[in-house]
Amino acid sequence: MSLYAAMPLWVVLSSLLASVIIFALGDEWRRTRTFTNIAAAVIKLILVGIMLAGVARGDDFGMRVTLAPGLEFVLHADALTMLLITLSAILWLVTTIYAIGYLEDSPNRARFFGFFSLCVAATMGVASAGNLFTFFIFYELLTLSTWPLVVHRGTPRALRAGKKYLAYTLSGGTMLLIGIIGLHVVAGPVDFVHGGFVTEHTASRPVLTLLFLLMLAGTGVKAALFPLHAWLPTAMVAPAPVSALLHAVAVVKVGIFGVARLVYDVYGLELTALLGMDHVLAGVAAFTIIYGSVQALFAGNIKQRLAWSTVSQVSYIGLGIAIAGPLATIGGLVHLVHQGLMKITLFFCAGNLSKTHEIKEIAQMDGVGWRMPWTMGAFTFAALSMIGVPPMAGFISKWYLGLGGAASGDYWVIGVLVASTLLNAAYFLPMLRRAWFVEPVAGATERREAPLSLLVPTLITGLLAVGSGFLAGMPLSPLQWVILISERI
Amino acid sequence: MTDPPPLVMAGHTALLLGPLICGLLVYLLPWPRFRDAAPIVLSAGLLVVLWYLSGEMLGTGPVTLALGGHFAPLGIELHVDALALAMLWLTGLVGLAVNVHITASVNLTERFGPEGFRILWLVLWSALNALFVAADLFNIYVLLELSAITAIALVAVSRGPEAVAAATRYLFFALAGSLFFLLGVALVYAKTGLLALRGLESLQWHGPASVFALGLMTLGLAMKAALFPVHAWLPRAHAIAPSAASALLSALVAKAGVYLVIRLWSGPFDGHWPEFLGQSMAVLGAAGIAYGSIQAIRQSRLKLVIAYSTVAQLGYLLLVLPLASVLAWHGVIYHALSHGLAKAALFLAAGNVIFMVGNDRLESLSRGDHRLAGNAMVMALAGVSLAGLPPSGGFIGKWWLINAALESGQWWWALVVGGGGLLTAAYVFRVLRYAMAEPHPDDGRPDLPVKRLPRRMFWPPMLLALGAIALGFAGQWLVPILALGRPGNIAG
Amino acid sequence: MTAVVPLAATAGLLFAIGLYGMIGRTGLIHRLLGANIMASAIFLFLVVLSTRGIEASADPVPQAMVLTGIVISVCITAFALGLIRYLRVMTGEDELRRSTRDADGQSADD
Repeated sequence: MSLYAAMPLWVVLSSLLASVIIFALGDEWRRTRTFTNIAAAVIKLILVGIMLAGVARGDDFGMRVTLAPGLEFVLHADALTMLLITLSAILWLVTTIYAIGYLEDSPNRARFFGFFSLCVAATMGVASAGNLFTFFIFYELLTLSTWPLVVHRGTPRALRAGKKYLAYTLSGGTMLLIGIIGLHVVAGPVDFVHGGFVTEHTASRPVLTLLFLLMLAGTGVKAALFPLHAWLPTAMVAPAPVSALLHAVAVVKVGIFGVARLVYDVYGLELTALLGMDHVLAGVAAFTIIYGSVQALFAGNIKQRLAWSTVSQVSYIGLGIAIAGPLATIGGLVHLVHQGLMKITLFFCAGNLSKTHEIKEIAQMDGVGWRMPWTMGAFTFAALSMIGVPPMAGFISKWYLGLGGAASGDYWVIGVLVASTLLNAAYFLPMLRRAWFVEPVAGATERREAPLSLLVPTLITGLLAVGSGFLAGMPLSPLQWVILISERI
Repeated sequence: MTDPPPLVMAGHTALLLGPLICGLLVYLLPWPRFRDAAPIVLSAGLLVVLWYLSGEMLGTGPVTLALGGHFAPLGIELHVDALALAMLWLTGLVGLAVNVHITASVNLTERFGPEGFRILWLVLWSALNALFVAADLFNIYVLLELSAITAIALVAVSRGPEAVAAATRYLFFALAGSLFFLLGVALVYAKTGLLALRGLESLQWHGPASVFALGLMTLGLAMKAALFPVHAWLPRAHAIAPSAASALLSALVAKAGVYLVIRLWSGPFDGHWPEFLGQSMAVLGAAGIAYGSIQAIRQSRLKLVIAYSTVAQLGYLLLVLPLASVLAWHGVIYHALSHGLAKAALFLAAGNVIFMVGNDRLESLSRGDHRLAGNAMVMALAGVSLAGLPPSGGFIGKWWLINAALESGQWWWALVVGGGGLLTAAYVFRVLRYAMAEPHPDDGRPDLPVKRLPRRMFWPPMLLALGAIALGFAGQWLVPILALGRPGNIAG
Repeated sequence: MTAVVPLAATAGLLFAIGLYGMIGRTGLIHRLLGANIMASAIFLFLVVLSTRGIEASADPVPQAMVLTGIVISVCITAFALGLIRYLRVMTGEDELRRSTRDADGQSADD
């Protein structure tokens, strides 16, 4: 096992070590902590860059350690891994800068950044886990490391949200655990394999179906699939950088990534379809898309509306996974990246609004576009992209999803997409209208942008979101990368 | 049967008599520095001894020693297998941590000075070590009494009527328990004329009498171990004892009772009990898990939460009886080890909270003082292992238990283990929630300054908690040892 | 040999009486006496055991057990009496109050 091949381990360790250092430093050592944060994020980005080049060349990255007889800790980087790892590494760097600016002068920063790094380590681990056992370890570690972030403020409201978050995710984790161990019993400990390692003959159909449903429920909790979504809108009480990371990469993405692993690399598309589970997943995802959008319409708080929007948007990915055929797969997986970029921008903007002008409700947004043109500019582009205005990122996802639905004969998918697009427009456009075309209330006209440490990350993610749509045809764009993955699946 | 090498013999002698002699010296020579240092040196030395013995055992398999060279049925035997070794290690590690911790924490009245605490604990240590290796029913009885008296006295050394009442309650449970146990022993002797476990194992004497005797002994041990539903004494006693003593009682003494239950059921009485009795014992265990966890969720004092948690966690150990497989066996040993480390860490951390803020009300954790943060981290790490969340020893134990349950088709025990983990998480995170909460502006108490925690009070629980986490990574290395001397009913 | 059955029955009866004394009464001294009666019952049973089997001489093992048991029993009784007296000094009561809600149970402030 060479140092080069063990690259996924270094990627995980880079933020794990940062976390330990930050905890050990304590609250006082602000500069050292900031340096550790940024250095770790940059090192990780470099490592991921090396890995990307390697995977593109066809190098095989992986390592395995036996923790106990029959329980192997396996890290392995495949194309799907790289998708989530690259997204997380980029967004982590950006979010770290944002969080340093955002939490300036608030108490308990060592605790916050320690768990923040741990959370990223867990995400990296989930992405590069090579078998279900390893996946589960990092999946639960993610729950544990995000909980302190959700309750960070320590207010009764935050604590209640944290309780709900834990109740959902830990119950889901237990279902996942029982499902995974059940699969161990019938299939033995096996690494992820493209096309799945479970076959029809592994066990009886009811057992396979039950285990699938257990694991789907376990991962579906984090992916906020209906009816396991209720924690997500509540958890938005967390500080803005946390919401941004939670919604964009860490928690929901890890959940839907788990669903993807389950369908592609554990059961395989064929067996999933044979058990009829593709219809279950597609149905749940389609319903969640519509349901989340409708709920978003009624939310008056900015972050809450964005949260419901996440519930809806993440299910696009689930829908793409559930529908057979390469086009839908491309649509789903590319949305994993696109949604992350767009949603993190939107949450950064919401954080800027609340930090700079104490604007938290949509009703307070009147005329804010002229007060914070850069922030609201980013917000506008991200929102339009969410709605799916061509040729922006959201449009590309929806286009491929629609094509995929048509190709496999599921024309209802197009109906869902159209309905969802209309709903997206119905909850985003009024916000834009208020921001740009409604006169601000008297006295609230002061023009003040967010500080640079908040604004720069917002603009970077905004540009990435826009760029990944406009430049989708360029090599190494998310779309091209996803097309490469779908060829391997 | 040949005698083991003299060094092995000497090692075991040190394990049994070392703490006893050290206790007497500490009591008779009350120089403060000697009093503090001697037990620490002793525990470090015993860990070295254990290291050596474990290495030897890997080569030779389980060791049977005869006192004075007389083997059973005439002589008294000691038997060390993997389960016993695991418990000896646990005792050694927790003992070291406690010995360091008490140099700063035990500060009792002049009536019962630090020497008093130490001699009680060191005698208890000897009794426990002997109990783990005892291979003779009557010896077990004697050692149970010795450990009970010292344990009860350790509860009573916290002054105050509450402590004495808790100790008295403990005493009567222990008294009844040992009488039931002794009656069981007498019945066994009446039926077989044997007391040595090894002799009983090879004897065919199945029948209602053996089940009855086993039932009496199990009842007695259950009262000592505070297994549900005869647990009533434990929460108060463990909550009111000095925190260092609570750590010992919860991590070691209560577990010794369950250890003996498992030892009897899977050793000399294996095959005597019908399947449904094993299931019923595990049902009691499951009821204990549910009851203890729900009570833990309802408590408003940290030490009571931890004490009720012990009632719950001991229940898992009984699951080995119906599951009876290699995985379950490993899972249970793993659970016992990681629970012991985590529980001791939690009690020492609770002691630290009392030291720093003056009481152990859960609201006291929300002081928003950074001095409490490190200690809260200890509780978080220990809690993660307790709840069986990865990566930790508790997680590996839970995994194996669920795996064993599903493998044998007894899926309901998988649900019990899974659900028990959730309940554990509920009370662990309830405590942590207080630690994360912002201080209450109107809690009506003057904001007393938070005392600085000495390092030798912080690191022992921290290292124990880290040990519980590290167990999760040591499986590959420990399993060869755990496999030594697995009982016969647990197929390979 | 013929005396074995009635003596064993007596031991059983004594054990039952002791058990009743231990759980049926609330006074701590009563309970302690109950425990002592239980212990005596077991010792009687063990002594009875030693008479059977080998006709010529008594089996020494139960006798050794009884001797050890008596020593332990005396120690525990003394320890228990000490605790009960201590409790009385502290609270003025000879009984353990029924367990009140554990929420008001205290932890040590050590």
